[in-house]
Amino acid sequence: MENNDIKPKKEKVPRHKMPEQDPKVRIHNFNEVPTGYTDEMAIAEAKRCIQCKKPGCVAGCPVDVDIPGFIALIAEGKFIEAALKLKETNGLPAVCGRVCPQEDQCEKFCILGKKGEPVAVGRLERFAADTERNSGKVTIPPRAKANGKRVAVVGAGPSGLTIAGDLVKLGYDVTIFEALHKAGGVLVYGIPEFRLPKAIVEAEVDYLTKLGVKIETNAVIGRLKTVDELFAEGFDAVYLAVGAGAPVFMNIPGENLSGIYSANEYLTRSNLMKAYRFPEYDTPIVRGKKVAVIGGGNVAMDSVRTALRLGAETATIVYRRTEVEMPARIEEVHHAKEEGVQFQLLTNPVEYLGNKEGWVTGLRCQRMELGEPDQSGRRRPVPVVGSEFVIPADTVVVSVGTMANPIVPATTPGLETNKWGYIVAKDGTGQTSRKGVYAGGDIVTGSATVILAMGAGRQAAKAIHEFLSQA
Amino acid sequence: MNRIIEKKDLSENVVQMVLDAPEIALKRRAGQFVILKTDEKGERIPLTIVDSDSAAGTITIIFQVVGKSTAAMAKMKAGQSFTDLQGPLGNPTEIENYGRVVCIGGGVGVGVVYPLAAALKKAGNHVTSIIGARTKSLLILEEEMKQVSDKLVVATDDGSYGFHGFVSAVLQQMIDAGEKIDRVFAIGPVPMMRVLCNVTRPHGIKTIVSLNAIMVDATGMCGACRVSVDGKTKFTCVDGPEFDGHAVDFDLLASRLRMYLDQEKQSMEAYRCQCHGK
Repeated sequence: MENNDIKPKKEKVPRHKMPEQDPKVRIHNFNEVPTGYTDEMAIAEAKRCIQCKKPGCVAGCPVDVDIPGFIALIAEGKFIEAALKLKETNGLPAVCGRVCPQEDQCEKFCILGKKGEPVAVGRLERFAADTERNSGKVTIPPRAKANGKRVAVVGAGPSGLTIAGDLVKLGYDVTIFEALHKAGGVLVYGIPEFRLPKAIVEAEVDYLTKLGVKIETNAVIGRLKTVDELFAEGFDAVYLAVGAGAPVFMNIPGENLSGIYSANEYLTRSNLMKAYRFPEYDTPIVRGKKVAVIGGGNVAMDSVRTALRLGAETATIVYRRTEVEMPARIEEVHHAKEEGVQFQLLTNPVEYLGNKEGWVTGLRCQRMELGEPDQSGRRRPVPVVGSEFVIPADTVVVSVGTMANPIVPATTPGLETNKWGYIVAKDGTGQTSRKGVYAGGDIVTGSATVILAMGAGRQAAKAIHEFLSQA
Repeated sequence: MNRIIEKKDLSENVVQMVLDAPEIALKRRAGQFVILKTDEKGERIPLTIVDSDSAAGTITIIFQVVGKSTAAMAKMKAGQSFTDLQGPLGNPTEIENYGRVVCIGGGVGVGVVYPLAAALKKAGNHVTSIIGARTKSLLILEEEMKQVSDKLVVATDDGSYGFHGFVSAVLQQMIDAGEKIDRVFAIGPVPMMRVLCNVTRPHGIKTIVSLNAIMVDATGMCGACRVSVDGKTKFTCVDGPEFDGHAVDFDLLASRLRMYLDQEKQSMEAYRCQCHGK
């Protein structure tokens, strides 16, 4: 370990930026925006870490990654070892290094952040995971002896993939049932290639199958078979991680005009179906010239940046509060601005206008101002009287949130849900109202983050292991 | 799995396939559909399950060649497999003994109404079926429909076979003749379903239609298939595909079905060039 007396000197080294594609270039392709640290940059950044005795960063991580531990290994040039250290607690480091909101988690608690900038934990995580994957030296960790017990995981998103990896390592026979034709959940249908290359997700899924996880795609639980039928087939426990997959619309006039998409549809067409490579791929997508995206979250940023890459002349975020209240990560908003996205803030659509062919031509909007705080603690936007105006648009993407998909709860008797249709599950274990049935991720919490869904998977893995060890 | 067991041309551009799909065959009920994908680059194609054989572990689908994806499907041969087959999807038809029902199918829609007629017949209904096509050579499933109907009327637009005119005219005649009709099931092109609903509406005859909205995931995730029923937005994939025809906004359905006409042409042209190149 380094000597304490050189610490103050190290703090002065500024946080290392990650090289990125030039905005002018990248809006014409779907390649990843940041290109990653070089070995030298990673080592230099890792050396900024002062190896706190009581690391705040770890406390800020939903899956308790040994952050100082893996960073110390990078500092020593032991990149593969760093990746293995990450994988002890995080099954998807290449994903988390890219899409975790580090500024609200590990990096928020970094001591260096008090006076300067925190250690770039996410960038280092990504670096270690990428280095391991690209080395071709990905090793399969040892598995406990098969214990003969079977666990069904419903949904191959971050939560389902995490629990499957944990349980298979403990010796369980694990099958994931995925409704779509590809495993990955939101990582494949939702997050665009330019933010999370699909080859990375495929590598992670491939790693799990090498560990022994079975994945059945095209299997819609609730339709093809029910949760009760899974038990009848011999599964000893079921984990429900079906996500919050149903789109929310605003129910304003004209919302069903042609050219108006939910963000789920727009992104699924582009990401999962690869419509951005139409007609090489068969699924089409509207390449709008004037695109408006309603909402201020990460999904809205993904949509508006996709629109630019599909050739939009203007791509505009329409959001009813101000930039301060935007739920999107600062980095995403920053990237969107760099790329030329326009922002209509304190603006809310009240009606969509269309032409004779039933195609959208614009949004009638009203200006908003911020009033008293609402339940979320954010100041409630209220309309300004007489402020209506029209934003012209030939394509609109509605990105105002998602809700629970009812297929599984509706076909599982005795499974308790709350008034929004989310599954009721115990904090810390994921136990539902049905014995042997656990749930986690967005279907319990409503739309949240990849890492929280993974954390729920990890906790449920422990709970299921405990439950089945007693049985 | 997903293998084509048998393939048959029903008319010049309508193809029937029997697919190996044991789990779906076991679960499927009348009115439900599947999603098929021909290959890695293919789109997700929704198709009604026309028939199934749980003992043999097979399902039957029927499709019309309308664009690139269906053209590529028509080129597939027995023994080949689809990369993906997902189902059964959508709500099953509400099958009861309604009394006297009329099942109407137009064009490839006959394939969709066939399982309904079969299930309704089995449930004890008196089934009159009216099936139509533009011309005799395009008529499909006449023999099969005859077997599940108490009475079958065939209509062709050009009069080349059976009744000369639209299926709606046959229904109108039945109503005018005072025949008792407890429920109508009407499946076919949008203009046909719209007209049939206009025929039954004044007489208060409940009319169920099955909608062919554009879909992507077909599990309620994307909302591509949204339609307006009784002024409310519904997703065809999870709320349907069958709805009360008198409440459906057919204009909206028709306009949303036109959303990708340009891309469909572009895709077909690219496909033709590729085929000719080989």
